[in-house]
Amino acid sequence: MKPREIRLSTTPTSEAIAELRLGDIVYLDGLMYTAREGVYMRALEEQANIPMELPSESAANFHCSPAARINADGSFDMGAVTATASFRFAKWLPEWMEKTGAKLIIGKGGMTSKDYKSYFVPNGAVYLSTVGYGTGALLGRGVENVEAVHWNEELGLAQAMWVIRCRKMGPFIVASDMNGDCLFERENAKIAQNIARVYEGTKPAVLKRYGESDDRSDEVI
Amino acid sequence: MIPIDLIQKTAETLMDKAAIEIPEDYLTGLQEAARTEDGDLSSFVLKAMLDNYEAAKEDRRAMCGDTGVPRWFVKLGNDAKVEGGMCALETALRRATASATNGVPLRPNRVHPLWRTDHNNNVGIGAPEIEYGFEPEGDWIDLITVHKGGLFGTDYRMLFPSDGIQGIKRFYLDSLMAFGKRGLACQPAIIGIGLGGSKDICMTLGKRASVLRTVGSRNSDPRIAAMEDEFKELGNSIGMGAMGFVGKNMVIDCNIEVGYCHTGGMPMSVHAFCLSSRRAVARIYPDGRVEHRTDPDWFTPYQRRETVEWEPLQEAAE
Repeated sequence: MKPREIRLSTTPTSEAIAELRLGDIVYLDGLMYTAREGVYMRALEEQANIPMELPSESAANFHCSPAARINADGSFDMGAVTATASFRFAKWLPEWMEKTGAKLIIGKGGMTSKDYKSYFVPNGAVYLSTVGYGTGALLGRGVENVEAVHWNEELGLAQAMWVIRCRKMGPFIVASDMNGDCLFERENAKIAQNIARVYEGTKPAVLKRYGESDDRSDEVI
Repeated sequence: MIPIDLIQKTAETLMDKAAIEIPEDYLTGLQEAARTEDGDLSSFVLKAMLDNYEAAKEDRRAMCGDTGVPRWFVKLGNDAKVEGGMCALETALRRATASATNGVPLRPNRVHPLWRTDHNNNVGIGAPEIEYGFEPEGDWIDLITVHKGGLFGTDYRMLFPSDGIQGIKRFYLDSLMAFGKRGLACQPAIIGIGLGGSKDICMTLGKRASVLRTVGSRNSDPRIAAMEDEFKELGNSIGMGAMGFVGKNMVIDCNIEVGYCHTGGMPMSVHAFCLSSRRAVARIYPDGRVEHRTDPDWFTPYQRRETVEWEPLQEAAE
């Protein structure tokens, strides 16, 4: 079965979000900003003023730093864009969502269903995963314009807050929904049925490691 | 004498090619995977990746936004001489790395581990890494750049002879399971396994097995080559595909490299060279010729030698 394709605004209505189903393919239109550990620490821990009107300008937070440069004349060249793994940002996201009204968290690998149920769903937010990873050149084609780069001096190019105007930027995959279900956990559960067979005949290593799990249905995130 | 300007210019071209052009051997492997894949979501992912390689080449933009951590492998024929000496060579490679970071552009990924200082050019303490190899014949220099991703898919474990081949298999599967879920390893990947050496060399062997060997190459030891086939098959039988979705393509190829280790141990490392397997190679001759290719051809009989002396002619006669 071919996945469903959907165009979505980066300031989506709650109805549009409720429509999304796990595994849908999404293309985005509108303003999107990048924010990862550097931005979170600066905005939440150091209490710096966020240099954008959120969520009215954008409700889409991309866990990304682009392959891009700032030219001598102040213009921007953005080549490829792809996401970084989102699970590391779980400690900042609840506060970030509350503060910014973010409805679309876009990144790599998703979060746990526990994250989705405890603060995505209550905030009316879903997770969109990049594809691949990563389709950097395809996503780069969806960048109509780089509108601004905030906090470059403080954080450097890779951690700065890039504000991107997207036109049919994608593909992204819907990885959580308004039930708080997780696409990746659904897939893990299907794969888990086969694990015992592939491990057959092997036994745990003679030298153990502290903190080690011997349950392959566990995740490392 | 190999002109230093030519080295820097070639190195800049290699940085560009590595970031933008998927090597032919990996591309062929992925096309084959896309043909056999039957999982809905993982098929969609592989198809998107194939489109992405086209888009990158057409637009001359990096194929992935995370352009990895650029590094260099340099191989010299025994008679090669570099204008200005080896320190000039290292400076040229650092300059090429910095200028290509701004030029392509690449993502300035390299930061200080504690202070997170970013020079915005992928150059810093110990970065880019430059490693060397030598060959008994030749007056050329091979420049190989690899921009491998840096966070997930790699692990190390000290195994022991009593763990046996089954123990190797188990740790291999563990690495694929741990980092394959949610596609953290950006599979299907070229999996490199390092066996033996001391701890650091074990990691080096595995990394080189993943980034300096091509899809379809086999170890010169036929029993290791058979393990490579078996492990590729085993990894693809987990039932996990791209992004950790249900599927049957996780391993584009599995390459194993070995080094002699402590008699009591059997250290093992696993590395994953991702969907954007960035590598580019050029051979530069003293007369100014430059030959581009994508096969590093690193693991020659000389690199895998077991003997005290190197007498290739005598070995050939036997």
